[in-house]
Amino acid sequence: MNLEPFLINAILAGFAVAVITGVMGCFVVWRRMAYFGDSLAHSALLGVALGLAVGIAVNVGIILICSVFALLLLWLQQKKVLATDTLLGILAHSALSLGMVTISVMGQRIDLHSILFGDILTVTRPELWWIYIGGAIVLIMLLMNWSSLVLMTLQEDLAQAEGIRVFLCNLLLMFLMTLVVAVSIRSVGILLISSLLIIPAATARQLARSPEGMAIIASFFGVTSVGLGIYFSFVLDTPSGPTIVASAASLFTLLTIYLQVNKKK
Amino acid sequence: MVNLIQASNITVSRQGNKILENVSVVVGEHDFLTVIGPNGAGKSMLLKCLIGFYMPDTGKIRKMAGLRVGYVPQNFSPEHTMPISVKRFLGLRRKTEKAVVEKVAEETGIVTILDQPLFNLSGGERQRVLLARSLLDNPHLLVLDEPAQNLDISGQLGFYKLIEKIYKERKVSVLMVSHDLHLVMASTNEVICLFHHVCCSGEPQLVAKDPEFISLFGKDMATMMAAYQHSHDHVHHHNHSHES
Repeated sequence: MNLEPFLINAILAGFAVAVITGVMGCFVVWRRMAYFGDSLAHSALLGVALGLAVGIAVNVGIILICSVFALLLLWLQQKKVLATDTLLGILAHSALSLGMVTISVMGQRIDLHSILFGDILTVTRPELWWIYIGGAIVLIMLLMNWSSLVLMTLQEDLAQAEGIRVFLCNLLLMFLMTLVVAVSIRSVGILLISSLLIIPAATARQLARSPEGMAIIASFFGVTSVGLGIYFSFVLDTPSGPTIVASAASLFTLLTIYLQVNKKK
Repeated sequence: MVNLIQASNITVSRQGNKILENVSVVVGEHDFLTVIGPNGAGKSMLLKCLIGFYMPDTGKIRKMAGLRVGYVPQNFSPEHTMPISVKRFLGLRRKTEKAVVEKVAEETGIVTILDQPLFNLSGGERQRVLLARSLLDNPHLLVLDEPAQNLDISGQLGFYKLIEKIYKERKVSVLMVSHDLHLVMASTNEVICLFHHVCCSGEPQLVAKDPEFISLFGKDMATMMAAYQHSHDHVHHHNHSHES
């Protein structure tokens, strides 16, 4: 098959997103942030609406709204009135609905399908820059603080006793999650981002023996899923986002079955 | 003799409630202090203030210059989602010489489990791994927050024996929150009975006879404690003070 420019863009974007979500996804799995990631992604729709309404870049709108979302959550958690999952449910769906209402009031015609499920085959060059710069920030910050974040995940008090500023690290992780959401939305859409965070990391967990190993293997599975997804979506003419996630889910299932069968022997 | 930590009249409030009120604690060289008290009495808060997690609202905490503290936190239940070996956990965020790790592993009896995944360990093994990590920096003071609360009785005995051994061999000071006073009596040279304020403090034998201790823990506990023969191999000052 001939590699047309749009396919090259799609592959460059998809592989980068897979590496970023692979590494970040490990923390999502370790720290049980799956629902948080999902909610953050839902609230991104309001960010898209804000971007269109005010006329700023959609990515900036997403980062703004998601950061506000994260801070609001942090503040409400301190109040200790409602459980975190309840708060997330309220915030996420309010933001999602507000976003939909805003978009329809503005009368803007946007491709809702591509926002919800992603459309990696139409990624443009400027969008590629976003993904690479945002992704580089995420990876560099994670790598620089790697041991501290791992220790904090294992035991927060121990981390604090050793001089790690736990509150700041939590804030950092939240901010990095908003960046991940912002750079991944074009590829897999609002509804499927968290699956790209969770599935490759969960697949990698079954093989990994160290935290770093898990991050590397998760990225590998992510890249493989994106490759397979783009290929099949091109050949079968299926929507790209769901095809990528379906590929990731297939890899997870196959590996799980393989390991279970071999374990019994 | 230099005091490692000297806290004078510290008070901490959270959401309008006084967690600690006018608490004074002195940790001297080669001291063994055991903090007891009912749940929610502020024991963990006291430890966390002493090692610098929180600043007290009022009061002063003075520490010896260059004080190294080894901390063993209250709960440690690593999730199986994190694949990490004991050895890697010990080496997280530090560059400890291999020989030091080996020595500490031997001391705490974890040599055979160094390559095992952390989440696979039994409760007793997990506590010994935490203890090992706290010893890597060669601390002057060990601070332990209910280190044996999830262990069965033989596990508790074993763990406290280990702490006693380390206390004697390394000549460290120990500051520990523990309910199992009858198990740590032999080494403890001062008991601090805490219920937001220091109800009573001093030698275990004397504390057991204190009316405030009896009202907090009941007669049975006091009788049991008083029944233990307690001998010291060194002389030390005890202050048996009453507040409030």
